[in-house]
Amino acid sequence: MKVTLMKTPAHGIRAIAFAALVCAIATGLAACGKGESAASSGITPKMMADSLHAVMESDRVIYTKQVVNRLQQENVIRANEHWKDAKALPLPAQMFRMGSEMVSEKTKDFNYALLSLWAVNKQNMPKTDVEKAGLEAVVAKQEPYYSEETLGGKKYFTAVYPDVAVAEACINCHNDHEDSPRHDFKMGETMGGVVVRIPMI
Amino acid sequence: MASILAVAGIAIKLQSKDRGMFLPGQTSSGHYQIELACDSCHVPFQGAISDSCMKCHQTDLAEGEDSHPKSKFTDPRNAERIARLDATSCVTCHVEHRPEITGTMGVTLPADVCFYCHSDIARERPSHQNMAFDSCASAGCHNFHDNRALYTDFLLKHQSEPEVLSVALVTRRPRRTSATPVDASRRDDPHGTVADPRLVEEWASTAHAQSGVNCSACHVVASGSANKAWTDHPGYQSCETCHKSESQGFSGGRHGMRLAAGLGPMSPSLARLPMNSSAKERTLDCGSCHSPHTFDTRRAAADGCLDCHADRHSLAYKDSPHFALWRAESEGRAPDGSGVGCATCHLPRVTGETGGSSAVRVDHNQNANLRPNEKMIRSVCLNCHGLGFSIDALADPVLIETNFRGRPARHIESIDMALRKAAANPRSK
Repeated sequence: MKVTLMKTPAHGIRAIAFAALVCAIATGLAACGKGESAASSGITPKMMADSLHAVMESDRVIYTKQVVNRLQQENVIRANEHWKDAKALPLPAQMFRMGSEMVSEKTKDFNYALLSLWAVNKQNMPKTDVEKAGLEAVVAKQEPYYSEETLGGKKYFTAVYPDVAVAEACINCHNDHEDSPRHDFKMGETMGGVVVRIPMI
Repeated sequence: MASILAVAGIAIKLQSKDRGMFLPGQTSSGHYQIELACDSCHVPFQGAISDSCMKCHQTDLAEGEDSHPKSKFTDPRNAERIARLDATSCVTCHVEHRPEITGTMGVTLPADVCFYCHSDIARERPSHQNMAFDSCASAGCHNFHDNRALYTDFLLKHQSEPEVLSVALVTRRPRRTSATPVDASRRDDPHGTVADPRLVEEWASTAHAQSGVNCSACHVVASGSANKAWTDHPGYQSCETCHKSESQGFSGGRHGMRLAAGLGPMSPSLARLPMNSSAKERTLDCGSCHSPHTFDTRRAAADGCLDCHADRHSLAYKDSPHFALWRAESEGRAPDGSGVGCATCHLPRVTGETGGSSAVRVDHNQNANLRPNEKMIRSVCLNCHGLGFSIDALADPVLIETNFRGRPARHIESIDMALRKAAANPRSK
């Protein structure tokens, strides 16, 4: 079994994919799945997912704290769900989702989504069994959840990472939104999860 | 041998201009003009592919903030949905050459197609309980792609607007920045080329002359690999040199799509809409509406259209309140921008919202805001009318046919529903 190759132009991700392929060919996926370092035996789907999520999470936290929260606090510009009409900043969740959609246009070699048990848009509620179990797990333990699932006849390595309220902007927006099913989020609480999927062949 | 001859015959036929015999069925109204440019949509041995659709429609979908982009469906979590309805492909919903199943906007699926993914909508929106799924997109409430004028917060923002706004004016079109003007004495046509002094007089009074656009700017053009040389009748390519945005719009709409596909120019004789018989033999390029040397944009914006178009909506225009405003402006009895010509609605003045430019320009794709017609609300109707009135008016086909002489006979409840939802929810903005 091997993971699929990445086609994204991002050099870092391509390097990860190349290493993953080398790993798959040289040692087999089973050997790769035990957490060895990249230098010794390549990169597992878990390591690939963790690495991708590290980038996503960092960018997301920085946008939320250093752009949205800061500029709102300084009364420079607001973030708004209808940011084009309101001539405002995209909400952090929208920023994340736009990136996800752009990635999906570039590659089929991985995919990610922001989901929640209390999603404002009900299309972002958990749908698969792994999503449900993963979101419940990350809310309960605030640590990643890993599993495999088959969707549309294709097998995926699926990782779910806790998405934590890191700024007032997160909880204020969700607590105040008329379509939010929950209005008592607190800072530091897990509000949802980032789901990263990597197809396995 | 017979087979070989047959294949050879087909090959010869395919290479000829007459490919009509290979059409598998009548082409939709959106594409029939280019139906003989098979490779506009078809790729050998692959059929019609979505990439072909996107070549022409991608920009429109992006500008319309497509509510159902392909990227939403490629997520593996939607695999089950895709198995039922492959929304990643345009041709799932828009199959060509099937007139017997083609509905409005070229949709070839049943009108209740929303059910596939939104069957539980009433759980999220109790107000939608018992609503028929074939009414989602037919009742002036939702569109599959472009919902910019129909989302809840937009409805609430515009909830209390009157039928006609207190200031009802379209955006003014700034004159292009001027270079050094030229006059008739400094025109640069080769000596004796312009035999008719009237043409010189007309040109000298235009924005072209005032902006330093001399004769050679339009009349000296390169033809194929040949060097630039004077031509008496420059084509649309000459205009395109300076008017790129306008040319792109023209090429994207039904006036210019044949030229863009490498076919001959569109002509009223080829139209499916009713046209004046006297105009049947005319052909369409920039000069068809913008008379060369006068470039009268006001004439192009109303009377120019009526030279050809003879459908009921067009024929009713001069009895409409919109025309009364147009005439009042033309006669100096009303302010600039208060009149409503054909182009006011069908070739609207747009800013950065469409085209990515902050400058005001005229969108020369007169089909861009027509289907679904709610696309017209933001760029056109809301300049002068309230949102509720606009939605109602555009949902009334009889009112459209009479060119909006009268009042809407239908009332779309979108704003009422948004207000009821807001009233029931204390957190509503």
